[in-house]
Amino acid sequence: MVAAEYPAEGYVLLRLTDSEPLPEIRAGQFVEVRVADSPHTFLRRPISVNYICRERNELWLLIRVVGEGTRHLSALSGGDRLNVLFPLGNGFTPGHDGGQVLLVGGGVGIAPLLEYGRQLCQAGAVPTFLLGGRSKKDLLQMELFEQFGPVYVTTEDGSRGQRGFVTDSPLLAGGLPQDMRIACCGPKPMMMAVARYAKGHGLECEVSLENMMACGLGACLCCVEHTLRGNVCVCTEGPVFNITELTWQI
Amino acid sequence: MADITTNIAGLKMHNPVMTASGTFGYGLEFADLVDLTQIGGIIVKGTTLHPRQGNDYPRMAETPSGMLNCVGLQNKGVDHFCQEIYPQIRNIRTNIVVNVSGSSIDDYAECARRIDALEDIPAIELNISCPNVKQGGMAFGVTRKGAASVVKAVRQAYHKTLIVKLSPNVTDIADIARSVEDAGADAVSLINTLMGMSIDIERRCSRLSIGTGGLSGPAVKPVAVRCVWQVARAVTIPVVGLGGIMTAEDAIEFFMAGASAVEVGTANFIDPAASVHIAQGITDWLDQHNCKSLKEIIGAAGVR
Repeated sequence: MVAAEYPAEGYVLLRLTDSEPLPEIRAGQFVEVRVADSPHTFLRRPISVNYICRERNELWLLIRVVGEGTRHLSALSGGDRLNVLFPLGNGFTPGHDGGQVLLVGGGVGIAPLLEYGRQLCQAGAVPTFLLGGRSKKDLLQMELFEQFGPVYVTTEDGSRGQRGFVTDSPLLAGGLPQDMRIACCGPKPMMMAVARYAKGHGLECEVSLENMMACGLGACLCCVEHTLRGNVCVCTEGPVFNITELTWQI
Repeated sequence: MADITTNIAGLKMHNPVMTASGTFGYGLEFADLVDLTQIGGIIVKGTTLHPRQGNDYPRMAETPSGMLNCVGLQNKGVDHFCQEIYPQIRNIRTNIVVNVSGSSIDDYAECARRIDALEDIPAIELNISCPNVKQGGMAFGVTRKGAASVVKAVRQAYHKTLIVKLSPNVTDIADIARSVEDAGADAVSLINTLMGMSIDIERRCSRLSIGTGGLSGPAVKPVAVRCVWQVARAVTIPVVGLGGIMTAEDAIEFFMAGASAVEVGTANFIDPAASVHIAQGITDWLDQHNCKSLKEIIGAAGVR
């Protein structure tokens, strides 16, 4: 680990590196982090890839501290070694097909959208970001997002941007261009609301699910999501799904 | 270097460590991370005559030193296995063992018959101990009569090594083991998961979709060692031990309790190469303790 940074109360940013160059990693893929030997944090923790800095060979994980596992991770510091399995799963649709892309994030779900924004930008697209949080202190790395495209924000307490949820943003109320597709990551109710909007407006939409996992490799069959193809592993078939594959009642 | 080969009723193994059913997929999922030939055997996920969707999400809850699962035997059925999976794994240079489950005696027997036809599958593990299905599964494994009736039917249908996987959720596991030995089992493996439950107190509901699940991981190891010790004294057929093995030292406990081989399960989720590390660690331990062969320590545990 290069360093642990604390961008806001309740969050930790782990900057990791390796002696070898990092492999190809698609935005939306994730890592499985082994937590120090505590009997209560027995399994690895699946964490999305927040950002990849090729120049410094760094992989960033932005983590919200919610339980004992993430608390252990937040106590690490530069020089510590982490056992990390990656890259896992399938990411967001890569590349630039000429259309516009709206990246919608909620809470710590905004984390993988930074790397997706970077990769889209690299491919020649100009992504638009719509990011929501409970309050302005949940809206992290804003200056990095702004490098890659315009950023719209909402907060539930109105401390920054539009008050309310991402679906209350004037950006959506005004209607989106028909060639715009949506990529979304956040709490499930928020992703369902965005999926409903996309479906209602005939827009392509991908969502990144965070079903509880054990192995991350498609072996334990614990993280399944019900899809048109039956129960499939979120870890190997996802975590990113097109909403047309899912059986959500939206 | 100590000899760690072992033989489970005709199933020859170059080392005594197999991966437990449902924790290692079909092996293919781990092929990028682990040299599969370094594993003594791969017991592939529970296979049933007909496809099964399994239980609803959530299927997993982490618990102290372990986890609960209620996957419920999700698989695409034995014909899918024979046609799609088998050709991909038959040439892996280790023992590929199929875990067979069912909801009726006829289903078990027919599923086993179809596996019998696959020349590169040297053994099956008969699962009469899955706690997560409504019909069949553990229901057969918790009575002498139920266990014996399935094993008898499968014995007629299956002619290679028949390992029967036992449930710890019984009053007397040695009694069940004797009944499956009498019914024609070549070996027994134990333990399957212990039935357990975990409750989300804020939401006042179970963390698992069907309420209960099977507990695995180091939390169950002392129960598993005890079961192996009791069963090894009750039967003459070989015993395969499993339950919470994370290290070579854990595996040694099972050998000393009477197991001739072990399976590694939940540990695969934390270290995909756990089985390989454990096999190597067993050799190292034997060498350090001047044991020439694994056989020297099988059943070696006395009582203080």
